[in-house]
Amino acid sequence: MGENILSVNGLTKFYGKKVAVDNVSFEVWRGEIVGLVGPNGAGKTTTINMILGILTPSSGTIFVAGMNIADKRSTVLNLMNFSAVYAPLPGNLTVFENLYIFSLLYGVKNIKSRINQELERFKLTDFRNTKCGVLSSGEQTRVSLAKALLNEPQLLLLDEPTASLDPSVAEDIRMCIREYACQKKCGVLWTSHNMLEVEKVCDRVLLLSSGRIFLEGNPTMLPRKYGKVNLEELFISVARQPLSF
Amino acid sequence: MDFRRITAIVLRQFYLIRSSFSRVLPLFIWVAVDIILWGFLTRYLNSVNVTKFNFVPTLLGAVLLWDFFIRIMQGVTMSFFEDVWARNFLNIFSTPILVGEYLMGLVISSIATSSIGIAVMFFLAIFVFGFSFFSYGIAIVPFLLVLFIFGIALGIAASALVLRLGPAAEWFIWPIPAIISPFVGVLYPITILPSWMQKISFLLPASYIFTSLRAIIFEGNFLYFNLLIAGLLAILYLTLACLFFVATYRHAVETGLIARYSAETIS
Repeated sequence: MGENILSVNGLTKFYGKKVAVDNVSFEVWRGEIVGLVGPNGAGKTTTINMILGILTPSSGTIFVAGMNIADKRSTVLNLMNFSAVYAPLPGNLTVFENLYIFSLLYGVKNIKSRINQELERFKLTDFRNTKCGVLSSGEQTRVSLAKALLNEPQLLLLDEPTASLDPSVAEDIRMCIREYACQKKCGVLWTSHNMLEVEKVCDRVLLLSSGRIFLEGNPTMLPRKYGKVNLEELFISVARQPLSF
Repeated sequence: MDFRRITAIVLRQFYLIRSSFSRVLPLFIWVAVDIILWGFLTRYLNSVNVTKFNFVPTLLGAVLLWDFFIRIMQGVTMSFFEDVWARNFLNIFSTPILVGEYLMGLVISSIATSSIGIAVMFFLAIFVFGFSFFSYGIAIVPFLLVLFIFGIALGIAASALVLRLGPAAEWFIWPIPAIISPFVGVLYPITILPSWMQKISFLLPASYIFTSLRAIIFEGNFLYFNLLIAGLLAILYLTLACLFFVATYRHAVETGLIARYSAETIS
């Protein structure tokens, strides 16, 4: 499958005595979309925050494009980007202003042309001069996704990217991301509570519970292996009885 | 240091000010009120005193320098607060920006925003109340430089405090200039302070500036040694403030506070 873009080894995070992420190891290959699913509080966002460099792991290593984020944080962050439903862009700036500022922060070249491309991709051209704070939550999510693709990242971290979108827009976004990952050979780590979405969009799924990866595999094959009808049924079983897996 | 990333922080402040009258007005309104108030007071004192002593360089000049210091400090904190209010730390610190670049962005934003207030302040003092820089001679340059460095240092330290304690700690920051003003002797010599207050004064660069200012006006003395101590203290505080901010940022990344800033504490 080629080389990996993300390699996580023995990642652990303690908050006091409580373990939030427990010795997690996985890889994401270039061009692959990996679903990170699990019940609330399983450690998905904590894992993403550590990969983003905004949370220091208690132990373990994170390599992006072969570089350790602990040693080359700024260089590594230039190769990646993220979008999360809980991190909207400042509402007191317009869509264009926000995208311009983040283009500068990510060292994007030909800024205006890149912004226009992303505005078109996410159907935001009409909102170019609208303040982000007055956009609907779905439109804000699309602005956040436009920001996430500005620097044409090699690794994309998406934390519930379609959570506030209607089914039609969510489908468009899934296709957009899928197409981008395929074209640019971008690795994507995608968290979601929508198991149908994960089955549709992800090449591989990691099932996280209580900070540990319990299951890993193809999202359509994995449920059958454990005698379940679909990923949702498997998810519910893992969430309720993780020790049986 | 990446110039483009620093520009992003400054540009963000420009965009915010450009589109908000409520951000433009405070840039100059309070300093203008202050200068007008003290300008008329000095004019009145000049009219009633029999010795023909000119109060403008001592009182109005001192207030002008103190307001300059406050503007610089608040320029840094205001720019930092924009990220607090917009809950933007997660977005900002997950980009390749370095802490040093972020701080440099705050400092340049402060210079840009405070220069508007300072221009208004100097315009009123010079053209309405007859203040003259020639009263201080070349000493005005080190006076402004030391107050600038000390203002930046306090602004960065105050920002670190808010980063450490959470958004509610904002109210700690606004009274800082008022709290230290009695110790630095803006309007009176620090020798009239009780000895415990004088000990604190000796640790504050601004107190050496206001002592030097009065020495020039009253005795025509240029206190080189005072200015040297003030300069060294200001540089020391700037270094300590930057270290404090970096340590606070590391603590926030260690504990997860950056990602969950609105929680104020992670425990």
